Amino acid sequence: MDIRWSLVASVALSLAYTGGASAQQAPAADAPPVKLGIVTFLSGPAASPFGVPSRNGAEIVIEALNAGKAPAPYNTVGFGGTKIEAKYVDEAGSTAQVVTEFRNLVQRDKMDAVVGYISSGSCLAVTPVAEELQALTVYFDCGTPRIFEEKARKYVFRPPPHATMDNTAAARFLLAKKKDIKLLSGINQNYAWGQDSWRDFVGAMKALAPKAAVDKELMPKLFAGEYGAEISTLLTSKSEALHTSFWDGDLESFVYQSQARGLSRRMPILGTAVESVIWRLKDKLPDGTIVGARGANGPLAPDNAYSRWFKQIYTERYNSPPNYPAYQMALSLLGLKVAWESAQKKKGSGKPTTDEVVASFEGISFDAPSGLVRMALGNGHQGIQDTAYGIYKFNKQKNEGEVVDIMRFPAECVNPPAGQNADDWIRDGMKGAKC
Amino acid sequence: MTMPARSSLLGALAFIAVAAVAPWMPPWLVSLATIAFANALVVLGLIILWRTGLVPFGQALFYAIGAYAVALIGRYTSVRDVFVVILAGAIFAGIAAYLVGFLLARYREIFFAMLSLAMSMILYGILVKTETLGSTDGFHVEAGTFFGYRPQGVWLNLSIYWLVLGFSAVMAWLVSLYFRSVAGSLSNPIRDNEIRVEFLGISVDRLIHLKLVVSGILAGIGGALAALAVQHVDPAMAYWTTSGGFVFVTILAGAGSVGAAFVGSLVFELVRSIAIDLVPGEWQMILGTVLLLTILFLPEGLGSLYGRLRRRKDAAS
Amino acid sequence: MLTAFAIVTDGLVYAAYLFLVAVGLTLIFGVMKILNVTHGSFYAFGAYGAATAAGIWFDRGLPDAGGFLFMALFAMAIGLLIGIIIERGTLRFVYGRDEVVVVLVTYAIFLILEDVIVLIWGPRSYAAYQPMVAAGSIDVGDLTLSIYDIGLVVLAGVVAAAGRWALKYTRYGRLLTVVIFDRETAAAYGINVTVVYTVTFLIGAMLGALGGAVMAPKISVTLGIGVEVIVLAFAVVAIGGMGSVEGALIGALIVGISRAAAVHLVPQLELFVIYAVMALVLGFRPYGLFSQVQPRKI
Repeated sequence: MDIRWSLVASVALSLAYTGGASAQQAPAADAPPVKLGIVTFLSGPAASPFGVPSRNGAEIVIEALNAGKAPAPYNTVGFGGTKIEAKYVDEAGSTAQVVTEFRNLVQRDKMDAVVGYISSGSCLAVTPVAEELQALTVYFDCGTPRIFEEKARKYVFRPPPHATMDNTAAARFLLAKKKDIKLLSGINQNYAWGQDSWRDFVGAMKALAPKAAVDKELMPKLFAGEYGAEISTLLTSKSEALHTSFWDGDLESFVYQSQARGLSRRMPILGTAVESVIWRLKDKLPDGTIVGARGANGPLAPDNAYSRWFKQIYTERYNSPPNYPAYQMALSLLGLKVAWESAQKKKGSGKPTTDEVVASFEGISFDAPSGLVRMALGNGHQGIQDTAYGIYKFNKQKNEGEVVDIMRFPAECVNPPAGQNADDWIRDGMKGAKC
Repeated sequence: MTMPARSSLLGALAFIAVAAVAPWMPPWLVSLATIAFANALVVLGLIILWRTGLVPFGQALFYAIGAYAVALIGRYTSVRDVFVVILAGAIFAGIAAYLVGFLLARYREIFFAMLSLAMSMILYGILVKTETLGSTDGFHVEAGTFFGYRPQGVWLNLSIYWLVLGFSAVMAWLVSLYFRSVAGSLSNPIRDNEIRVEFLGISVDRLIHLKLVVSGILAGIGGALAALAVQHVDPAMAYWTTSGGFVFVTILAGAGSVGAAFVGSLVFELVRSIAIDLVPGEWQMILGTVLLLTILFLPEGLGSLYGRLRRRKDAAS
Repeated sequence: MLTAFAIVTDGLVYAAYLFLVAVGLTLIFGVMKILNVTHGSFYAFGAYGAATAAGIWFDRGLPDAGGFLFMALFAMAIGLLIGIIIERGTLRFVYGRDEVVVVLVTYAIFLILEDVIVLIWGPRSYAAYQPMVAAGSIDVGDLTLSIYDIGLVVLAGVVAAAGRWALKYTRYGRLLTVVIFDRETAAAYGINVTVVYTVTFLIGAMLGALGGAVMAPKISVTLGIGVEVIVLAFAVVAIGGMGSVEGALIGALIVGISRAAAVHLVPQLELFVIYAVMALVLGFRPYGLFSQVQPRKI
């Protein structure tokens, strides 16, 4: 039996490792920095569309904040005069690994806050652990409304809106453009995100246009790659629009293959996450595609000081405009900054405690590149925002895609009222929507 | 002292030592070790099969069944006692292993691996299609109680850790007994030459069916413990890469001894966690390199290190 | 009627895709008895290589016709290169070890190569759509078919026929058949098994890369494409019988047609089709449809 010595060795190894890690983080400046753990996909298929842009967004915003160069009121250095130090962690791996890494960030690395998580599964798994460890955790992307609906949370916040509004707004936009639509189809990936998106969309359409029927309901598996059979099925349909929540790789593959077979001549695509690919697809994305960006992000962003600033610094550094995960990361960091600084002001001086930041985070409003954010749902833990949809048009002179015909929807029009479950709200006909 | 007795004693001492130091271990290491030891039970089951020459690429099937059994009991009933729910996980996984065993026990080599993979992927597909259970997002697992006592705060993690250790100790002891039984001793002969074993009047298919059920139960317990520790279950627990991870640890540990499963699993989790920390974008490369070097230079796994050391000592004296 | 026609054409296209990604795998398994997980890496490297080649070629405005050939050759050259590195660098040290251990070696290399892709090409995705756009489409009734897809079916047929011809009628092919049937006897008759192994592995690697190259125009070349292909190729090969080229062809056809039928008739089942077919076939023919007779040693 060898376990004795190897165990001693592994424990010693890990202790030595912890020692090394904390020695590395010896403060360079006089005040210890605010430590943020940033978790996002750095490997796997979600890295290129979501993980890397959001990491870039975090890097550039943190750099600007540390230099005190963001537009007012965000022009104080770091968080309340203290510089921010970020550590980036990969979200890829099993749920057990994601939870283990979260614990490592909080307990081993003693992060002041964790900002992250793209997958809804990660968020659902991390939430109870964050509550247990009383660790301030800010989600920047994961879409599921379940987090604050299942239970009231104290330490967990999600400043960007959840995914419900993507599909309720999509239905409203489609009906604004095609009042008498009779038949529509959908192609969504067979996993939680695709299933939820399709259910929300069909539910919203039923409430708003009871006469519109669903023809084809396609659910290929995630990362299927080859969509020949799906495209043939759609070619035999008389649908007037095709709803999809495809993103990045699958979306691009589907667009290439369906373009080659003339599907866009039969029905336009209504894509809730199309924005993430328009800079790459250029003229391969058919004109007339309805573009969603999971909120008023990217080309749908309102023209204000923050959106101009963010777009400029991001484009200068990375040579491509930011996409929606980058916007949502920027939004989340700015929200955390507002909460942190108001807690600090209340306290008078010194670093605010986690509980103090949590108390001043609840229910705040702040400006972000994608417009005003109000932490209105989930007892002030879940943000809502106005959203927008538009129509894609390729500009040959500029060799660049444009989104035209943009239509904005107020937050209260496309989000459930506080205290109501998103699924039930849609099923009951979206009562109380203020449009 | 005889060899087995000495091993059991050493093993028991090691478990007591690992349990006793827990309150002084950093909390993140406790959580990491909890997952590592829960997974080690699955690896223990794989070692049983590997001694016979069988390597399933679908052991995640039973792992996920154990985990979902615990999660579903928590969701739909008021039963919370950890021993009851883990027993349920073990039973469901055992039944599943018994049923698929009728098909799987006829297969060998790579065909066995492929068919078990297909089985686990069918379960994965079913779980993904079950939208009421959150599809790929999965759902929360209710915290367990210990005979009515509900641990809070730091004690929650520690009690789950001790629970995992307790199960590990009992299972390790039972499996080492099994290895010394007639059925267990026949593993290597089956691997070397099945027909000769048949000629001894023993049904190889039935023996393999038995091993499948045993390894399925172990995987079910591992999954149940992992569900309680992580407090979340999702269909990825049944995906083939999860099975691949277990096979990875089995090779890292080696089939030599029961204890190696636990050490191998802990080393695996530590290497992975440290790699993620140091090179967040390229940690898979480090894992792959460790696996490759192990196979090339430590063909019998980490477990063989101790044997080598002892032989060297014996030769010196 | 239209649906039946669509099922057949879609099934054929999907089968062609499956066959092209599975044929290299089955060849390597047949000869070397290695279930090669790095096949997914060959596919991914082939796709990335083809995308790079497409960039080089089409950015210079060179004619479309040569572009596809250049992409395929470029991809196969990359396949050859990493094939040599893997076989000479690691695999030859583990010949003769337990089959499963060798699988794990290829799994380890696969993990490493996944990150090598990130190091070479970065985490962004690539496109190589030009050949498919250039090929155009034809209308058959209400359906529009892509000519590139038809070309894919023809290519799969050519590869299958060439494979069969090479195995049956060339000197090297017959040597290969001998090694497939019994390695030890082949060695005893003076066949240099090591060379046969190396050559087979390289051909398999090039076929895997070719699979990636022909799919590159249809998909977004991005991280993780290799993982998806591995299980798909394994399933096709297991259904057809490990190591049989005819088997891979039939397996690909069965899976392709079943999947197309599922998408058209009961789309909810699409997720299960491939595994259900695999479990069903293996339930009746434990070693696949075209498995060779296994001698048992007493």
